[in-house]
This record gives sequence, structure tokens and C-alpha cells, in this order.
Amino acid sequence: MDAPALSRGTFIHLTGTLGAGLCLACSVARCAPSAKPVAQEFAANIWVRIAPDDTVIVVLNKSEMGQGVATGLPTILADELDASMDHVRTEFAPADPRYVDTQFGDMITGGSTSIQDSWLPLRQAGATARAMLIAAAAKRWGVDPSTCTTRDGTVHHQPSNRSASYGSLAAVAATLPVPADVPLKTPDNFTLIGKHSQRLDLASKVNGSTRYGIDVQLPGMLYAAIARSPVFGGHVKSFDATKAKAVSGVSDVVQVSNGVAVVAKNTWAAFQGQKALQIVWDEGPNANVSTASLFADAERMAKEHKDERVALSRGNPGAASGTVVEAVYRGPFLAHATMEPMNATADVRDGRCEIWAPNQVPLRARAAAAKGSGLPPERCTIHTTYLGGGFGRRLEADYVEEAAEVSTAIKSPVKVMWTREDDIQHDFYRPMSVNVVRGVLSGGEVTALTHQVVSASWLRRWLPKALKNGIDGTDMAEVTDAPYAIPNFRATYIEHDHAIPIGSWRAPNANWNGFVTESFVDELAHAAGKDPLAFRLALLKHNPRAANLLTLVTQKAGWGRKQAGLAQGLAITFWNGSYGAIVADVSLQDKMPKVHRVVAAVDCGTVVNPDIVVQQAQSATNFGLSAALTGKITIRNGRVEQNNFYDYTVLHQTDAPSIEVHIVPSTAKPTGIGEVCTPPIAPAVGNAVFVLTGKRVRELPFSDALA
Amino acid sequence: MISITVNGTRHEVDVPPDMPLLWVIRDELGLTGTKFGCGAAQCGACTVHLDGAAARSCVLAVSQVSGKQINTIESLSTDNSHPVQKAWIAERVPQCGYCQSGQIMAAVALLRKTPKPTDDEIAQAMSNICRCGTYDRIRSAIRRAAAEA
Repeated sequence: MDAPALSRGTFIHLTGTLGAGLCLACSVARCAPSAKPVAQEFAANIWVRIAPDDTVIVVLNKSEMGQGVATGLPTILADELDASMDHVRTEFAPADPRYVDTQFGDMITGGSTSIQDSWLPLRQAGATARAMLIAAAAKRWGVDPSTCTTRDGTVHHQPSNRSASYGSLAAVAATLPVPADVPLKTPDNFTLIGKHSQRLDLASKVNGSTRYGIDVQLPGMLYAAIARSPVFGGHVKSFDATKAKAVSGVSDVVQVSNGVAVVAKNTWAAFQGQKALQIVWDEGPNANVSTASLFADAERMAKEHKDERVALSRGNPGAASGTVVEAVYRGPFLAHATMEPMNATADVRDGRCEIWAPNQVPLRARAAAAKGSGLPPERCTIHTTYLGGGFGRRLEADYVEEAAEVSTAIKSPVKVMWTREDDIQHDFYRPMSVNVVRGVLSGGEVTALTHQVVSASWLRRWLPKALKNGIDGTDMAEVTDAPYAIPNFRATYIEHDHAIPIGSWRAPNANWNGFVTESFVDELAHAAGKDPLAFRLALLKHNPRAANLLTLVTQKAGWGRKQAGLAQGLAITFWNGSYGAIVADVSLQDKMPKVHRVVAAVDCGTVVNPDIVVQQAQSATNFGLSAALTGKITIRNGRVEQNNFYDYTVLHQTDAPSIEVHIVPSTAKPTGIGEVCTPPIAPAVGNAVFVLTGKRVRELPFSDALA
Repeated sequence: MISITVNGTRHEVDVPPDMPLLWVIRDELGLTGTKFGCGAAQCGACTVHLDGAAARSCVLAVSQVSGKQINTIESLSTDNSHPVQKAWIAERVPQCGYCQSGQIMAAVALLRKTPKPTDDEIAQAMSNICRCGTYDRIRSAIRRAAAEA
């Protein structure tokens, strides 16, 4: 064919740049997944294609949820390719096992793994494509490839003063053999990595044209809202749809696995119909569960050491003698509350299922589509859209299964849309935890520390093979991998199995354990009569990377500086290869901490895009601060008590501090940046609150602890 | 039929009078730049302009806005040349970007009313929620837009 074929997925991306108001006008005929090369393109490998017009199309196996992969990943590839970022266009990979990552063996955007996971494969992909383009030019000119150079998407042959753009070489390059083991650049030759600071998605995000899942519109599409059991584990006993069907615009009411779906010709009618449904629920076994009962259970399990497992042990903490400091910390459930509520659009017809969904897990979304539609996975196609936030919530594909199920039932394309109330009350929550910590001080030093964690395991459901010795490693994050060298140390884990659905929440569960570890180290420092910085540095003699980061952040923040009405708090935490450290300048206003200024420092190895690293440090800090100030989900009678942003309150402009970020220069392999600043902000603030008030905060949020 | 004027174009829509403007804009007119975030006027993702002032379209019955000039993010410019859009790009504000249509519309309305806002005026007027926590850069972008106006 002459014109490049557009798949439906590609069409979404293109229409995204044309402004709004366009319905997807493509035919409903089934098309191939979007990563399939079109005519005349040079598909060097599964990651990059070069079009005759010089466009470099980079395929992303990671989802863009704000963390910047749609810029960072192509930057890695484009550097080795010597392409111009101006020519780069991205598309999201289909759900295809060829695109699995190395860390999970799945298509997962999570754990701050995207850059580290893609670092080598994308460099190799870019370098290989570059070698083939050089070979194509050398063949055309009849010269030795080693006499050719590349820059900004062009091959040059200086001796004969000839040059050719990559696009003009695409057709020839496509006919050449793929070379093996192409050498990669040394870091001193990087032209984009560590330098390029723009984001490729800025333009479409300031004019409303970025297409998120909620923006998908298909010809003939209907809209649905689902009433789900308010009590976790409950089921529909019976329902009366009369009033729902009387709502103007409602066309159908169908029972589905998760509850009852109201189908309508627009979102509003679906929401009105959802409210009008009269459902009798079989509330199941959890109708008496409450936050109070769950904490009582957890504290009893802690005292009884019920099925306690040792996660890490060295020395003999029990034998240490000295001043004993003991404390119990309690952390609440938290919701993700992504700005874009959960949604998915499904078109199940003619033995095929096509899904458009903002998700962090395309292959799991495909499995969910298969389950919801009753079709084999090979008959299901996933189009991953831009995500209006993820934070771990979209590591689940429950909403995809729902959409496939509703579309199957009504034999029509349908968008299943969640209300904010649905989102707050049917999340996979950050688990509540009870942590019991005990330290022994002798001669002003910590000689022993024990840390007992009672929490639920999300990996037991989500990635059971990751459990080691029955221990969910994420439940022990920032306990077993806290940076300090304490000679006698024991970390233990008690799994608290309960009815509340739990999942991954930005930096699981260092986001809570980091608060405990860093608050308790501060407690020990004060008990020993030491400066919290000096006390920590003494415990970090073996760990220059962490010590240097603490030195950097405290120098930049002016640690020890006296400011009227303000106190400083310090914390450092580790997350999946990276360190983040924070100094917070805090005052008290109406009993609540007011954070005026945050200085953060991060060590995440090689930096690909410096400004996105700064963005992510700022974002993760504010995400942690939001939860620390007022975040909590509580359970009563088996159901979530909160509804919307008026009672699950999150950070607003009025409470958002200025956040200054410093990056440690590094040539080490990149680690990750999306999460590492979430854990340290709460303890930094709590440690400042202690200086201000003498009160040690051992439960969050601050709005409860300081009430 | 209800008559509304969005981005200078008059539309006749066949919807119930209590349907919020947000859903008319999104589902009936297909203008998807305006976002749904809470349905309770809490988050501001649905912010549009009514006769130039910021309004939360998720709680505004369409029957109340007939006769008013309604403007959405799509009307700011065709080429990101509006001073606030330029400032948003210069300060590299967006992350996931979902709330930014509402943030930008709120900022445009603020600057129209208060061309040189103080930080306190910014904080009070910009009550929109951003879960990516881009607040610091939103302040910087508003200061920049104010300075360059």
C-alpha cells in the first residue's frame, strides 16, 4: 500500500495532537496492534522504527503516568542512535510477551524500575539501529562504514562531504542484516543522557489534547457505572432496576461479577442510574470489620509473636544491655486517589475484545479482558492510554475486567467509568501496619535494635513468587534495607491477613516503614543526647553513599540554622537502589505542622533527564506529605468511611512547600526516582514536630496525632 | 433542547436540564480537555470559564449556563501561545497532566482578575488538586506569566 496504515491505537495518538472534539472516526474493523511497523518504515527491532520522513518512533513498554518515561526512555535510545529528540514520537507497546521487562518478567510499570530496566536494552536497540543506518549509507556511497559519522539523525561521510538523513536511508537499512554486539557509547560521549531536560509530552498537556483513558470515544459507545458491594467481600442478593431505568438516558441494567452495571448514553445518566439502583446486598463475613478491630488484632499478634518470621538477624539484640527505648508505631490504610478515576473502554464483538485503558500492566490487563469477555487472551487487544496518575493503583486490572464483562453483556462498545466515591471505596489500599521497635543505647551509641512489623502482604496476591520464606519483602522495606550499621539487629514479620484489599502504593511499604525507622532513629538520637545528623553519620561509616547524601542535603539546607518559630527535621531512606534525603523546615499552625521549605537530595545513579528527576523528587515528596498531614482510610461495618476529596483530604496549594532538589552526580547504573522521596518526608516533618513540641508522633496522619 | 455557547460556538443539546455542564462538554460536545475528578467541586479538574470567571463545571447544571459565554481549555490558543500556556511549558509544570487543564483555566481567570498576584493570592485562588504535586511549579508559572504579561 502507498499510504502508511494507521491502526486504531496509532489513531488515538495522532488525534491527540489535533485538538479535541474529534471522535475516533476510524472504522470499527479490527486492526493490528499499534507496534506493528507500517509500510516503508525501518523497524530495526521491537523498540524503534524510522519513517521516511525522519520520524523516530520509539515503542514504550512502560506506561506514562507523569513520571516521565515517555521522555526518559526515548532519550536513552535516541542518544545511542544519535537521533534528534525533535524527531522522536512515542507509542505505547501492545500487550505482547516480547515486551516483558527483566525485573518482573511481565509488562509492569512500577517499583521505580523503568529507567534501570530499559537502560541496556534501549541503548542496544539505538546503537544497533544506528549501525544499520551507517551500513545503509556506506553501501549507497560505496565507502567504508568506519569512515561515516552520525549526528542529529543524519549519517555523514566527511571525506566526500556527503550526508543522508536517517529517513532517506530507512528503506535500504531495512534490507540489511542485524549486527550483533554493537558497541555502546562511553558516558563521556552521551549527548542527551544527563543533558536533555525537556518533556516530550508538555505541549499536549497544556492544551487538553493528551488522551487519557477517560477521553476514549468510539462510534456507538455507551457509558456504564457499576454499583459494587459497599462491604468488602459482599455480593448482590437481589436488586430492583425500576428507578435506575427511569433515569433519562439509561438504556440497560445488567448484573456483573462486581455488582450491578447501569448502561446509559452518557456518563451522567450512568452515574444517576447507579445512585437510583435498589440493591439488597449479601454483606458476607466482613460486615463487622472496623479499623479499631483490625488494629486490636494486629497489636495482639505483635504481643503474641504470632507466626513471626525473622527477615534479618545479626548479632544478639537480646543480650545487649544499656538504656532501652521502646515504641509502637501505627500506620493507617491509604487510598491512591489518582486524579483520573478508574475507567476502561471495551469493545467485545465478533469473537474479539478490544480494550482502551490507562494501566500499568498491559499483559495483566489482557488477562483481565480475557476473563471478562470469556475469550482467549490472544483474541484480546490492549491499547494503553496516557494515565492520569498511577501511584500503584493501576497495577491492578479490575476495571479492565469490568469493562470487558459489561461490553460482552450488552454487545456494544462501552466505557465503564468510576465515580470518585467508587475510587475511594474500592481501592487496593496501602496496608495499615503496627510496628514495634526497641533500641538499646550504650555509651551514646545504638548497640541493638529490633523492629517487628505487623502488616498485610499485597505480594501474596499480586506476585506470590516474590515471597521469600513466607515474607513479603515490600512489607520489610526500609527495615531490612535501612542504611544503618547496628551491630545487634533483628527484623521480624507477622503477616496480618484481613478482608481489606491492599496493594502497591508509591514506595511500598517503605512509605510507612521509613517513617518508623527514621522517626525512631531520631528518638534514639535525642535519647542519647546527640545531634540527629551526627548520630546518623556515626551509623553510616560503612555506607559512604548514604553519608555523602546526608552531608549534601544538610549543607544545602543549612542544618542547625536557627529560625524563629521554625524547626528542622531530617530523614534519609532507601528505595530499590536509590537514596533520598530530606530536610524540612516546619512550624506549627493551628496544631498542625506547616512545612515551609523542603530541601531534598537524591542519589539515583546515572541521571537521564535532570529536570524529570527534580520533578519526581518534588512529586514524591508532596505525595508523602499529603498522606502524612491528613491521609487515612478508616473502616466501619466492613466498609470505607471516606467518600471523596472532602473527607479523604489531600495536599492543596496552600500547604505545598517550596521543594529544592539536589542530585548527586553519578556514573553508576541508573536506579530509580519515582518513589524515593515519598518515604523520608513524613519522618522529616515528625522529627521537626518533636523539636517544636517535645511530642513524638508515632501514628499518622498528623491531623490525628496532634489533634 | 438547551442552547449553550462553548468557545464561541452555539450548540443545541438534548439533555436533562440538571445535567452538569462538564458532561455536556465531554460526552455531548466531545471536548475532552476538561476533566472529571470528583463530581463535587472539590478538585477543580473540570474548571472552565463562565463569562471569563473560573467555574467548576461538574456541579453546574447546564440549564444555569444558557446565555453565558463558556470557555474551555481548547479555546486558549491553537498553538500553545497563550501566556499562561507558555509559562506552564517554560516552568515544565505538567507530570501526568490530568489536572493541568483545570489548573491553567484557574490561573488564567486569576490573572485576569489579579494581574500581579501575591503568593498568598495564588495559594488562595488556586484551590485545584494535583496528585503529582506540581504546586511549586504552578506558583512559579503564575509568577512568570504575571511578570511577562
